[in-house]
Amino acid sequence: MGLKRNVSLGTGLKYQGGGPMLVFVLHRIGGLGMAIFVTIHLLASFMSARGIEGGAFLNSIYENWAFQVFIFFCALFHAINGLRITILDLWPRLIPYQREAIWIEWAVFLPIYAIAVFIIVRAGLGG
Amino acid sequence: MANKSKNLSIVGRGLTNFESIMWIFTRLSALAMYAFILFAIIGALVMGARTNMNMADVLRWGFMPNVTHVQSTALEDTGPFASPFWKLVASGLLLIAVGHGVHGLVVIADDYITSERGRGIVRIFSIIMILSMIFIGLYILWTS
Repeated sequence: MGLKRNVSLGTGLKYQGGGPMLVFVLHRIGGLGMAIFVTIHLLASFMSARGIEGGAFLNSIYENWAFQVFIFFCALFHAINGLRITILDLWPRLIPYQREAIWIEWAVFLPIYAIAVFIIVRAGLGG
Repeated sequence: MANKSKNLSIVGRGLTNFESIMWIFTRLSALAMYAFILFAIIGALVMGARTNMNMADVLRWGFMPNVTHVQSTALEDTGPFASPFWKLVASGLLLIAVGHGVHGLVVIADDYITSERGRGIVRIFSIIMILSMIFIGLYILWTS
């Protein structure tokens, strides 16, 4: 028996969940991004190891600076947000403070990510 | 009392079915991955990363301690990075990461695929994906 929902995609996209909803969506995007990357990277490395053409080309995409800016966002955001989720879930008394925890999360994430992007882009553009 | 359920302890929530066991597995495997990555980074520093690798190389090694991830560095000898010990560490990280990741995909799919038949198909695909990724990953780790 399937679930019945009366919420359209358009209504869902207009849902104003605020900060917690934003990190929920970004956590999913980060997880999906990493899952797709790791799957293709494993297949590409397997192809290279077996001497099948195309593996080296796929792995060269991952050395591009634009891709690194994206995948580092996925990995860093997923890791920091995941740590917040884990801490709050294992110590449920902290859950009422989840909005404050999300602000701390952004305060940790943004400077680290900004510095990393600056270095990745500078190196990528030949500086 | 909306707040009451939020304040239940882990034991009080009950771990009686597959979904709740996977709920706690997802949290604990995340903690295990932080430990693995920290351990690999410390290991790299002990093996000479401090003077022969940049931060990006150290992180690349940390995310998956496979010797091919340090081959483009200034290390004179990558032998210690290719030891069976690090292959074991990498295998442990691979198993935990694949379990965590594929279950995450199933959770996302369950939010959009609501029929029992659809969810069953997703579960079969997830089992195939787990087994094939573990096989390919272990093959790469132990042959590189």
